[in-house]
Amino acid sequence: MAEFQLPKNSRITKGKNFPAPGGATNTKTFRVYRWNPDDDNNPSIDTYEIDLDSCGPMVLDAMIKIKNEIDATLTFRRSCREGICGSCAMNIDGINTLACIQPITEIKGAVKIYPLPHLPVVKDLVPDMDHFYAQYAAIRPWIRTQSAAPSDSERLQSKEDRAKLDGSYECILCACCSTACPSYWWNSERYLGPAILLQAHRWLVDSRDEATGERLDELDDPFKLYRCHTIMNCTSTCPKGLNPAKAIAEIKIMLINRRGI
Amino acid sequence: MKEKQRPLSPFMIGPYYRPQLTSILSLTHRATGIFLSIVGAPLLLWWISAVSNGPEAYDAFLVFMGGWIGQLNLLACLFSLSFHSLNGVRHLIWDTGRALDLRSVYVTGWVVLAGTVVSTAILMGLLL
Repeated sequence: MAEFQLPKNSRITKGKNFPAPGGATNTKTFRVYRWNPDDDNNPSIDTYEIDLDSCGPMVLDAMIKIKNEIDATLTFRRSCREGICGSCAMNIDGINTLACIQPITEIKGAVKIYPLPHLPVVKDLVPDMDHFYAQYAAIRPWIRTQSAAPSDSERLQSKEDRAKLDGSYECILCACCSTACPSYWWNSERYLGPAILLQAHRWLVDSRDEATGERLDELDDPFKLYRCHTIMNCTSTCPKGLNPAKAIAEIKIMLINRRGI
Repeated sequence: MKEKQRPLSPFMIGPYYRPQLTSILSLTHRATGIFLSIVGAPLLLWWISAVSNGPEAYDAFLVFMGGWIGQLNLLACLFSLSFHSLNGVRHLIWDTGRALDLRSVYVTGWVVLAGTVVSTAILMGLLL
């Protein structure tokens, strides 16, 4: 059901303020969502003023600087710092993206940082992704075959068939798109969401996979697939420039076509 | 240690998630659809029954529609009808797998908005 308010324990309160060091001339304000499971307080927004002259260019650089120099309790996921691991996905300046490839200077005014939307928060900017991963596992994202594997080679694919996977295999499962989707906010217990459906599509169009019909059967469901209403927030937010909405539309077309209409 | 109730991360469009043409037009599509069902359709039914119930009934309908509440509702209905129809065509095009790249989504979105203004103005002009 559509909800428009945060539950009582999730309402945001005012937090602490960390002013810039004296003498800093080129400063930027960061307002960061905080929640600590070890006390009984509601989430709050802490404000940090950062001296950009001693800070790297990306939002993640500023966050690491905060953690190293100002407030070691700030908690977030990060790993590759080059947009390929998907760990630092968060809501920055009102849009889901990867903190490591979001330049600070592209953001006007204060930089507002929240965890990915509409997920349970483990701590600060770390959301609980279990359900998302469980949904990924549910589509069985691996090759399913009936035929015996070739004895002397891998299962081969023409260049043209391989090209059909372009735009799908680049997905890093950061969940930016799924958590940007209002339909996923309100129906995620049953709707698979754009990221998982993009992967479902990736296996549907793989020429080596022999379970296309079975996969379509599994997706032909009013909630799993058809809660997509082509809002397009997924495509507009994808930090890798992919198009989950188009993949979902193509799944819907495959389902229509096999009915022979 | 007792299991703690985890808070839900903020999500609402506006204060936490940026309103974009994508989500706003989708929202408007739904809102105009609901408005046409709960206001537009009853008004249409009233008009049809007024036509069949003779001059007095029709006069009563005209008096209401001539007042500012009636005019406001008429304008809202014509706007909703224009937007919902034009954006409905946009959805039908998407359902064929076309115009789903971000650029086309924005271009067709603005075209629908401009078309809605023009269509609402023309329809209102015809009915005044």
